[in-house]
Amino acid sequence: MRALAALIILALAAAGAAWRLSEPGPLDPAVAAGVDKPGDAKAGEIVFWTAGCASCHASAQAPTALSGGAELKTPFGPIHAPNISPDPQDGIGNWSAQDFAHAIYDGVDKAGRHLYPAFPYPSYRNMSVADVSDLWAFLRSLAPVKGVSPPPGFGFPFNIRRAVGLWKRLYLAPVTPPQSVAAADTAAYGRYLVKGAGHCGECHTPRDFLGGPEPSKALSGAPMPDGKGKSPNITLSGLAKWDEGDIETALAVGITPDGDSLGGAMAEVVRNLGHLPKGHVAAIARYLKAGG
Amino acid sequence: MRRMVLAGLAIVAAAGAGLAADDPLAARQALMKANGKDTKAVFDIVKGAAPFSLETVQTALNQYIETAEKAPALFPEGSDKGKTQALPAIWKNKADFEARFAKLGEDSKAALAAIKDQATFKANYQPVLKNCNGCHETYRAKEQ
Repeated sequence: MRALAALIILALAAAGAAWRLSEPGPLDPAVAAGVDKPGDAKAGEIVFWTAGCASCHASAQAPTALSGGAELKTPFGPIHAPNISPDPQDGIGNWSAQDFAHAIYDGVDKAGRHLYPAFPYPSYRNMSVADVSDLWAFLRSLAPVKGVSPPPGFGFPFNIRRAVGLWKRLYLAPVTPPQSVAAADTAAYGRYLVKGAGHCGECHTPRDFLGGPEPSKALSGAPMPDGKGKSPNITLSGLAKWDEGDIETALAVGITPDGDSLGGAMAEVVRNLGHLPKGHVAAIARYLKAGG
Repeated sequence: MRRMVLAGLAIVAAAGAGLAADDPLAARQALMKANGKDTKAVFDIVKGAAPFSLETVQTALNQYIETAEKAPALFPEGSDKGKTQALPAIWKNKADFEARFAKLGEDSKAALAAIKDQATFKANYQPVLKNCNGCHETYRAKEQ
């Protein structure tokens, strides 16, 4: 009897600890102060295309009507991108800049719920506060559109949203946004784009069984999240036969040096990169050939 | 003897012709391979690794036009089996799939008429290539 009581107390304590550990934290005060400074919508548009927001939150035909809806198939089940247009009911029209920053850096929505990392905040949190503020200004400038996405179709236990808090403890360090990096065709800027807004590692870095990225194998190629085929190795060894010009040209026109075309999700990436100033793509090529 | 050799050659030729009709996988893969070969030469021009050559560009565009004409017939129902990257989505959206080839043909013809030199090449070639990405995005499987 006494053993049973002890067991129950232990189980309750464990559940309590899990509950506490999985609690969404507040936004970092320094980030909150920074993101409240008004952003520049024109600069934010460049961030928008680098981050590929339209790929999941809009259709290819109307890439700035952010009604959401695109289905992402994951090993844990399907998830639909939500409406992030400025519509106050269906979208994020009643969010503040701080709410937005909380989603980008910590994967927490306005209601204080964890967001599933299908939304690539593990990468987006590597954006500077200035870029996030500019992106927010751009999103606010777009037209509100109606439309509500279905909830995630995850099975147990992945449908327990609170558990994402434990996932974050395993894979995310406390947020420390980088300083702004000068936009130029340098490896340093390329690194900033690849690790942050460009979120290249979300598909090109392998994941472990819980869907956490494996940093030691960064960008070395991985099974696609939807289970169809593999993303290629884009580390130095994978790109041994490609020079900077090859990478830059491939990202700009969607053709590989062999004359093949980039297909699958990469076709979308090429469309997005087409909106960027030329030096941005050159910076990405330079960084990849600089070997991290 | 001579007659036998001729007969033998005729059989080989007939087998070759039959291959194209009976083996749509081989035929369409040969088309795509030819596209890749010509596009590789164009890639070098875009990259700046080769000088602009009107002949190279026109060869590629004519190759795309040929593809646009021949390819739709090379995806008969059920030809998603075997060694192919063709996705079942092709047969679910056959009308869209075929419209994309038609557009590839139209865009290639427009580019063929418009491209005279390096400047017109820069302005007019990219829209053609978008057809390659657009179709491969939806209808071709990634390599396993």
